[in-house]
Amino acid sequence: MSEPRWVSWARRLVLGFLALFTLLPLYAMLASALKPLRDVQGDWHWIPTRLTVEPFVEIWSTIPLADYFVNSLIVSGAATVLSVTIAIFAAYAVSRFEFRGRNLFSVTVLSTQMFPGILFLLPLFLIFVNIGNSTGVVLYGSRLGLVITYLTFSLPFAIWMLAGYFASIPKELDEAAKVDGCGPLGALLRIVVPASTPGIVAVAIYAFMTAWGEVLFASVMTDSDTRTLAVGLQEYSTQVDVYWNQVMAASLVVSVPVVAGFLLLQRYLVAGLTAGAVK
Amino acid sequence: MTTLTEPAPEVAPDPGPPSRTRLRRRLRGVPLPYLLLLPAVALELLIHLVPMLVGVGMSFLKLTQFFIRDWSAAPGAGLDNYRFVLDFDTAAGRALLASFWVTVRYTAASVALAWLLGTAGAVLMQREFRGRGWLRTLFLVPYALPMYAAVITWAFMFQRDTGMVNSVLGDTLGLVGTGGDAPFWLIGDNSFWALVVVSVWRNWPFAFLIIMAGLQNIPRDLYEAAAIDGAGWWRQFRSVTQPMLRPVNQVLFLVLFLWTFNDFNTPYVLFGESPPKEASLISLHIYQSSFKTWNFGLGSAMSVLLLLFLLLVTAGYLAVSSRRRTVV
Repeated sequence: MSEPRWVSWARRLVLGFLALFTLLPLYAMLASALKPLRDVQGDWHWIPTRLTVEPFVEIWSTIPLADYFVNSLIVSGAATVLSVTIAIFAAYAVSRFEFRGRNLFSVTVLSTQMFPGILFLLPLFLIFVNIGNSTGVVLYGSRLGLVITYLTFSLPFAIWMLAGYFASIPKELDEAAKVDGCGPLGALLRIVVPASTPGIVAVAIYAFMTAWGEVLFASVMTDSDTRTLAVGLQEYSTQVDVYWNQVMAASLVVSVPVVAGFLLLQRYLVAGLTAGAVK
Repeated sequence: MTTLTEPAPEVAPDPGPPSRTRLRRRLRGVPLPYLLLLPAVALELLIHLVPMLVGVGMSFLKLTQFFIRDWSAAPGAGLDNYRFVLDFDTAAGRALLASFWVTVRYTAASVALAWLLGTAGAVLMQREFRGRGWLRTLFLVPYALPMYAAVITWAFMFQRDTGMVNSVLGDTLGLVGTGGDAPFWLIGDNSFWALVVVSVWRNWPFAFLIIMAGLQNIPRDLYEAAAIDGAGWWRQFRSVTQPMLRPVNQVLFLVLFLWTFNDFNTPYVLFGESPPKEASLISLHIYQSSFKTWNFGLGSAMSVLLLLFLLLVTAGYLAVSSRRRTVV
């Protein structure tokens, strides 16, 4: 397709703007993480005059960042494993079988994704507090409680995405397995799951990312022992001076694992994400 | 984990306490799809259905801080909670209405801009050029970044005296005052636009991603046929690209609308616990009214109203867009 000259100019202009817009915060984060405190407290300077890695050392002692890291890891990991495992079976049922209630189930799963988190937060908070009072099972403030609240968004998402992914795997494959003597469950575990490993990994990464970045539930459902990074990071700003260099260093440290995972697996992720949306 | 594994009763019809082999024989009678769905359905009931019923129930109770530990003792309120938050002559009603309008404006601005940037980026990146792969990867980074890390960085950039934004706009471009005249971004009228900018920064890559995928599904020969008919670049964009993207855009708009309208994270991290009223989105307003004054009945009533509003808009949108699809 030949294109007029204005389009190639528009391309440079628009993509240049978008690149700049995207980069500026990333640059601000990196550059400020390498500055001493007094340099982030003065006027903004593009090029750090004094480079230091001290913020990366200090972040661990200013607040209990390592504890928050572990909490985030456990909660996000558990929510991911739980939702993906359960979703594999449900998605297989939805993508391979005709049965009564199939549509009802799909529509319910799809629609719970649109519900505001705040709608579940208040009742879950109340239920957790009351369960704690009447049975002694501590859910409010515990990691388990937080995992349960995270399932409210990660489970429907995983079911929806995996159903789309499984549907793209030819049914002839499972039928061939059945001819070879596999039951339907065997076909799922030996054929469909291995064939969709990229999709499952992508969904897992995405579920993990969402849990890792979650703020609303974490800010209500955690106490000082179970606080996640999303809430804990804000403690740098409650000091007398805001340690912006440390805030930026910590933001960088908590971002690198998920961004790296995302970029490594983006091809699968994009394929999976869009399979659901574009269909 | 005991709470997670409660059986869903309607799937296994046998009421008796069966032995292992009997259980297995019983389960053999249950169609496989239902067995596969069993854990998911049980969890869905536990995490979605029960909380929703409780939430609706809460909205009809006078659930103040005295009754949070034992909500069965809370007196009924009938429709009082709804009447109270919908009475626009009182402070509570006015605050709800104000935050509703802020949310509507925020959603409109943020979704429109994210869609515009996403479309422009995706369409202009259709053609191969040097550095295309790198640029695409860069554009995906905001989407991958943990949301609070990104928003905290923006909060730093919006600082009045030490931030990058005032440095660029004031010192470099001379568009705003400097020193004592420098504008505040995180309080007052500007805070609304600060919120929109952060939200667009975060959401446009998603639009970009989805539209890129939609573009890949447009058959090339449509463009060739259009070119033979003498259609120029813009005409091809209007007459081939846009109509072919319509189904993708319909889903995209809905998803962006729901995300943005329900957004809690952006204002909460950008401004802290108490955002300026110009940027107090509805989720944050409900959160504040519930956990600051500990009146969960009011909070629940507002959540239910929010849900009803979203259901209504979504149903209307789906009805209109599916009707249009059958006409075209």
